[in-house]
Order: sequence, then C-alpha cells, then structure tokens
Amino acid sequence: MRVLQIIEPAYRATLEEQDDTVLWFTRAIRGAGAPADVLLIGTAVSYAARGQSAEGLEIGTWSQRHPPAIELEVTKLLESGARISAVTEDLEERGISARSIIRGVELLSRDALSGLFGQYDRIWKW
Amino acid sequence: MVPAKSLTFLLMDAPYEQTRTATAFRLLDAALRLGFGVRVFAYEGAVSLASTLQKPHANAIHGRSLEEEDHPTPHVWISALVQLAQERGAQFEWVNCGLCVDERGVTEVVSGVRRGSPADFWKMASESDNTLVIPTR
Repeated sequence: MRVLQIIEPAYRATLEEQDDTVLWFTRAIRGAGAPADVLLIGTAVSYAARGQSAEGLEIGTWSQRHPPAIELEVTKLLESGARISAVTEDLEERGISARSIIRGVELLSRDALSGLFGQYDRIWKW
Repeated sequence: MVPAKSLTFLLMDAPYEQTRTATAFRLLDAALRLGFGVRVFAYEGAVSLASTLQKPHANAIHGRSLEEEDHPTPHVWISALVQLAQERGAQFEWVNCGLCVDERGVTEVVSGVRRGSPADFWKMASESDNTLVIPTR
C-alpha cells in the first residue's frame, strides 16, 4: 500500500521537537515497512531549501543543544528511498530558487499533482 | 509595586503544537533582556506549558540517547526565564487560567506559577505599558 504524505504547514513546533514531526513520523513508519513518500506544498516547500540553520535559540538561562536540522531530515528520508516532491509554484511564490533545492527533491507543477496522486493507494494530508 | 515598564503577554497554544510557542518564548526572553517586567497569562492549552510532568526522551530516529537528545521541555523554559529575571532583578509573573488547568488536569506546575482568571489578565493588562495576545489558530 503506497502512501503519500502531504505536508503543508512548515516549522510547526520544530524548535520544541527538534525536527518536523511529520518528516519524523514518515521516517518512523518507513522504518516499520511503510512505502511512504512526501509532497511539500504551501509553506512546507521551505523544507526543500538547502543551508537552513536554526542554531542559537536561547530562552532565559537555557540554550538549545540540538536545533532542528530540516535539511538533514529531508536528506535522511531521501537516503531511505523516499520520493520527496515540492510544488514549483509554491517555491516561486516564496522566492525559493530551484538552484537552492536539496539534491534529490523533485519539483512538480500543480498541473502534475493529479498524476502524482494517482500513483498512491492512500494520501494523508497534514 | 509594578515596574515603570512592563509587558503583558497572553499565550494560548499548547506545547509541542505550533511555532508560535517558541516565538512567544523568544519575545518573553527579549523583553526581560531589554529591561521590561514580564507578566504572562496562559489561557486554554497554554496552561500545559508549565507542566512539570513533561519529560524529555531519547529519539531512535535521531539516533540519540536521552542525554544526547537533550529534548526541550517548555516548563524548563519557564524556569529559565524565572532565573533570568531573578539575575536581572526584573519582574516575571506567570498566571495559569484556573478553569483551563482543571479541564486539562495540569496540577503539577513550575514553582511560582499560580492559578488565576480572566480578571487577573485584565489587572495585568491594566497595569502594563502594553499587551500582546498570541492566540491559537
């Protein structure tokens, strides 16, 4: 049963969780045998951009040792065999250049989404 | 005695749900560092921010042990703000909405956090130089 995870909101509690919870969940279920892929839409297309850093968070006398490493999360998912796609128009609307995209992330136009959806048995929108 | 300059914040998001939580804590931190007194009214899910029952955990997906993961817990963030305020001699007050606490069973909270009601929020806002409401969406 092939599964497509559609992620729309970006940076949802990432500083508290030290990751994106849906990327984390996808890695977890892939580890359990689920052939799950990811489609990034809306603000979540930011996850496809290289070179992000969330280091330096300090709150009062506390400082964060392990900030979220979204690029690493995306790369690990790709290395596990997941297909990760991002919507071209959503990237363009946010000024994210195709040149800055993590290697291996596939760019798809909105017109191509229906064809993508047809390849999956289950589609879960987050 | 309320300091000459103080800010009141109303927080509404539960922990581990939204990026707004970390942003709110960064604002609280910045306000203290800029010399403002800080008063917080936690409403609805935000009362759980102060729960000392939050526990850090190991993370097999990250490949880190409990100690290595050093997972953040918002109740520790509140304590860290309390400590910063004490170091700077600044006012820091955190009030949890009492009915919200009862609904959620948030009975064990950071030392110094007290129960209150919307009337407390009104008093805090009235005595502060400005107020920022950060609602859930």
